[in-house]
This record gives sequence, C-alpha cells and structure tokens, in this order.
Amino acid sequence: MSPAPLLEIEDLKVHFDTDEGVVKAVDGVSLAVHEGEMLGVVGESGSGKSVANLTILGLTRAANATITGRITFEGEDLLQIGEDELQRIRGNGISMIFQDPLSALHPFFKVGAQLIEAIQVHQDVSDSAARAHAVELLELVGIPDAARRMGEYPHEFSGGMRQRVMIAMALTNDPKLLIADEPTTALDVTTQAQILRLIERLRRELGMAVILITHDLGVIAEVADRVMVMYAGEVVESGSLDQIFYDPQHPYTWGLLGSLTRVDQPRLARLAQIAGQPPSLINPPSGCHFRNRCPHEFAKCTEHPELEQRGGEGGHRDRCWLAAERKREVRVVASTGAIGLEAPKEPAP
Amino acid sequence: MARYIVRRLLWAFLMLIAVSGVVFVLFYVFPSADPAQLRAGRQANEDQIQAIRESLGLDKSVLEQFWIYIKGVFTPFDLPGTDATGPLYFGHSYQSNADVKDVIFSDLPATALLVFGAVIVWMAIAIPTGIISAIRQRSLLDRTTMVTTLVFISAPVFWLGLVALYLFAQDVGIIPIFPGIGSYADADSFPAKCASMILPWLVLAAATAAIYARYLRSQMIDVMQEDYIRTARAKGLPERRVIAKHVLRSAITPIVTLLGLDVAVLLAGNAILTETVFNIPGVGAETFNAIKRSDLPMIQGITLFGAFFIVTLNLVVDIVYAYLDPRVRYE
Repeated sequence: MSPAPLLEIEDLKVHFDTDEGVVKAVDGVSLAVHEGEMLGVVGESGSGKSVANLTILGLTRAANATITGRITFEGEDLLQIGEDELQRIRGNGISMIFQDPLSALHPFFKVGAQLIEAIQVHQDVSDSAARAHAVELLELVGIPDAARRMGEYPHEFSGGMRQRVMIAMALTNDPKLLIADEPTTALDVTTQAQILRLIERLRRELGMAVILITHDLGVIAEVADRVMVMYAGEVVESGSLDQIFYDPQHPYTWGLLGSLTRVDQPRLARLAQIAGQPPSLINPPSGCHFRNRCPHEFAKCTEHPELEQRGGEGGHRDRCWLAAERKREVRVVASTGAIGLEAPKEPAP
Repeated sequence: MARYIVRRLLWAFLMLIAVSGVVFVLFYVFPSADPAQLRAGRQANEDQIQAIRESLGLDKSVLEQFWIYIKGVFTPFDLPGTDATGPLYFGHSYQSNADVKDVIFSDLPATALLVFGAVIVWMAIAIPTGIISAIRQRSLLDRTTMVTTLVFISAPVFWLGLVALYLFAQDVGIIPIFPGIGSYADADSFPAKCASMILPWLVLAAATAAIYARYLRSQMIDVMQEDYIRTARAKGLPERRVIAKHVLRSAITPIVTLLGLDVAVLLAGNAILTETVFNIPGVGAETFNAIKRSDLPMIQGITLFGAFFIVTLNLVVDIVYAYLDPRVRYE
C-alpha cells in the first residue's frame, strides 16, 4: 500500500437542520488525497461536492449543522480541533480558491494589502518582506507588472487575472493541499484553459496536492490523476482518470460523459442531457438515489448500493447494481448521448 | 476627480439659486398674511402700513423684488436705506428687528453642540450594538436589542424628552442627576454647557441610534454572506479580525452616507423638538418661535440656510463616498 495519505476523509456526513427538514448535503463521503496528487471531484449543483470541501476547513460549522465522520490531515482530525487550530491550518496547510474571483476578493482593499494580510496572518515577517513575497507570488502566477498592480483594487483586474490573484493568495504559505472549488466556471473558455494550466504547473513545481471541484468532466480530463463522481451527497463512482473516462461504471457518469462536447463524435444538434431534476436532499429516493432519473432501473435498485468494486478493476469503485456485462452493453449508447429522454438528433449540416 | 468636484460645486450653486427661487415664491408671492401688516403690528394705521410696505419694497414688481432678494442673498450688496449688507441678507426679523443672519449665527453654536454631541452618542451606541446583534444573530441579546430599538424609534422625541426630564432633571426629576430645562443658557463654561447637554444628547440620539444599530446589523448580516468574507476566513484570519476589518469596512460605508445627510438636516433646524423641550436657544427653537409669530424673514432665512447645509453636505458625502468605495470613480 502507498504511504499514508495527506488528507483522508472517512464517512463524512454534513447535515443541516432547516425549517423544511434535515438537508443531508453530504451523506457518508470517504476519500483520500496523497501528496502531490490531483483529485477531481465532479457532480452537478447540490451534489455536496462544495459542502464536503468547505467542511475540510471547517467553513460549514454552524449552529444548525451536524457534522460527523473523520477528516485526518497530517495526523490531526480536523473535525475535532477547535476554531483557533483550524485558523492555523486555513490558508497555511490547506488553501482554497473559489468560483467567482470577483466576489471572492474584498472590493474595498487593494490586492497587495489582501495578499500581505494572508502572509502575515501565518508568518511573522516585516511589511516590506511580506510585500516582496507578495510581488513574487503575483509574478509566479503570471501577472505582468506585479509591483504596480499590488496597488490596484480587484475591480481593476480582468476575470482571469483576479483568479490568478486568488491563486497567489492561496499559495502565500506554501500549502500542502489546494482546494479549488470550480475555479474556472466563471471564466471564459480561453481563460479557463490558462488557469487550469497554471494550477497544473504550480502543482508540479510546488509539489502540492490539489482537489479540483467541478461540474465539468472536460476540465478534469486535462489534469486530474483520480476522479470522484458525486451525486446527492454521495460518491457514486471513483477511480483513476482513465478508468472513469474509458470504463465508466455508473449510469450517472455515462450521463455526464454524454453531455460533453466532443470533437471525435458527429456534432449533435443538441447536447445530450440527463433527464429529470437532482433529487431532494431532505427526502432522497430510497435505494439508489439516482434510480428515478436512470433509464436502466430494475428491481434491485430499491436497495441502497454500497460504494465498492463491481464491474471495474484496480480500486475502481461504484454504486450501481447493474451487472458488469450489462453495463458494457448499455453504456455504448449512453456515452454517445442516448441516455434519458433526449435522443440524438440529426447531425448538424 | 478635481473636474468632478468643480462640476458638482457649480451644480450646488445652481441648486441654491433654484432653492432661493422656491423660497422667494413661498414667502413673497404667496405669503399667508400681508408682510407689511405683520411688520407694523396690531395698532398701526393705514399710513404706517403703507410706509412699511414701501420700505420693504413690497410695492415694487415681483421681479424687481426677486432681484433685490437674490442680490441680498448672494452678493456683498448694501441695500439702500438700511444698514443691511449681503451676502446672506435674508431681511430683518419682524419681531426683534435684528438682522436674520446675525440671529442664525448666534443660534448656531448651541445647535452645533447639540447635534455633534448627539452624533457621537448615537454612533457610540449604534456601532457596538449593531455589531453584537449581527454576530449574535437571533440570540436572546439580539432579540432584546431589536425590540428595544423599535421602542426608541417609535417613541416621539417630545415625549421621550419630557420623560427624561421627569426622571433625571435636576429641577423636576425623580433621580436628579443631570442639569434640566434651560440650563444651557445659564451655563458659562464649555464643560458646564456640555453637562447641560447630556439629557438633550441622549434624547436626540435615541431614535437615530436605534435606526443606525438596526441598519448596521442588517448591513453586516448581508456582508457576512459575501464570498469575500468566506475568503477572509479561508485565509485563516481570526474571526475577530474578519468581523472588525472585512465585514465592518463594507457594512459601515452606507452608514457614513446616511450620517452626512442626518447631520445636515439636524443643523438646518430639524432638532426643533429637542431644542424646544429643553429650551436650548438654537436654530430649531428659533424656527419654532419664528413660526409662532409669523416672522417671515426669520423663517425664510432659516429655510435657505438649511438648504445651504443640505446641498453642501450632500456634496461632501458624495466626495467622501468616492474615497470609501474605490469602485466608485467619478469621471
């Protein structure tokens, strides 16, 4: 077995008590991230991927939240330690970047001041040393004329440049783990590619592990080592990048793959979509949570499947009752877009 | 920025002329009674009234009157046949025959002491209350505070003033700890004047402190939902710093705007109730007396004066706001 993982989450549950009932945002998630590894977490809105990752840094702690399980980082259970100790880890051992870099930076403070603050909260250095380090970081993430731009406000930066600032801020204290929550979603396509390449380059150069959260499998295909697919607060499939892309086991993964634009397939008039709505997290369907949207539902699906190795091989696990041979038969159609109600249309002229 | 300020100053000047026009129409064209008659008093005969009418220029055409009035208000102009000098000549009081401008300037220190003291009191109450309520949202403390503020917002100033006097004034109070009615006029030193203002400050500040506390609370609760506050926490900042620096900096900005306008309105004589209840010889009390006696030049002078304050402080607030919120840049 490989050495102990950098971060290990075991059976994490995050439930929120609301007026409508208990929202099971995360319901029994386990994962491990090793040093220097990039883990992709995929799922649609409300699948629990963001909540799970915010919980790592204790950012979902609230009066109405019940959090159970274990999150071990460098030998410490992050769910057990107090707010003070968490503050020591936030932005230091583990950093985070977010979806919308405009709203994630404080509009009233200069970019330089925000970077310097991030440095000085964890390091006892002088203002001038912190400033010099901040300029270095801005240069590292590819911001031209970094020294001058330190004195500008976030609204004076473009979207891509703002996300670079966020990344620089996350790197201030050489984190072992970077959690990137939809870092490219708010950016245009060319900028997305640049930011992804930047994160990939920094991971290699700095040797940090990355958890990349996204709803877009295309983003993950470029950079992840391993992939975890989340649905309704649970992991429904996990495996290496190749396993997920070339041997997907769960119909939900097929649906995600089918909804990608692909250059090696005839262009469809419309992209395939997964029929139906994401399930309620208060009252998810009994048994397999995906079954009411799944075209391959059968009697067994009323039982709740565990995440285990079924049709896949070498640590490739999923939560689908379909027999391995049956999966291979039906998914060919599925991954070209025939899942759900949307049948393939005429190829575009 | 400099160009913006110059342009705003020009606009402010035009605005003041427009306001002057409105005030002129109100007081010269549609007066509620014949100004000459008011000026002459009850026992005057027809000839005396006619003489006064001529001396006030009321027999001239409306346009001519407007011209003389504007000259008096805006230019260093000696009105023929009087000792009056512009600018800021609003006429002489019918009651005391004093130059209105001099009366207002002599009233202003009392009002300024009342208003600025009250500002300090209400900010000192509102800011901590708002912050604590926001971070302890829905706690017993928060709920108690919110109910209390509602009571103060709903309580009329004249009632609150009388209750305060009844409870705490040295002349009539049950627990006589603060100087009471009319003590401002008798106070001869600055500390004594301040002491005499304690009750008026509290009474004037009560409702505003409550409004500001509630406003700051709701602003802070909004700001705490912002992504950049999550970023601040994710950086590892202590919660105290997140609140005191990141949340408060955003939440306080609209409060500063509000403050500028509230101060302007109060300086312009809107502390009328507090000044009347506590018998403070300020602009508000002067307004009250002038209205009671139909002292048209006095009312007109105070109205214009108030408009000056509001237009000026509006300009100041807009400029300060540009410094507070870097996203706002005036071209």
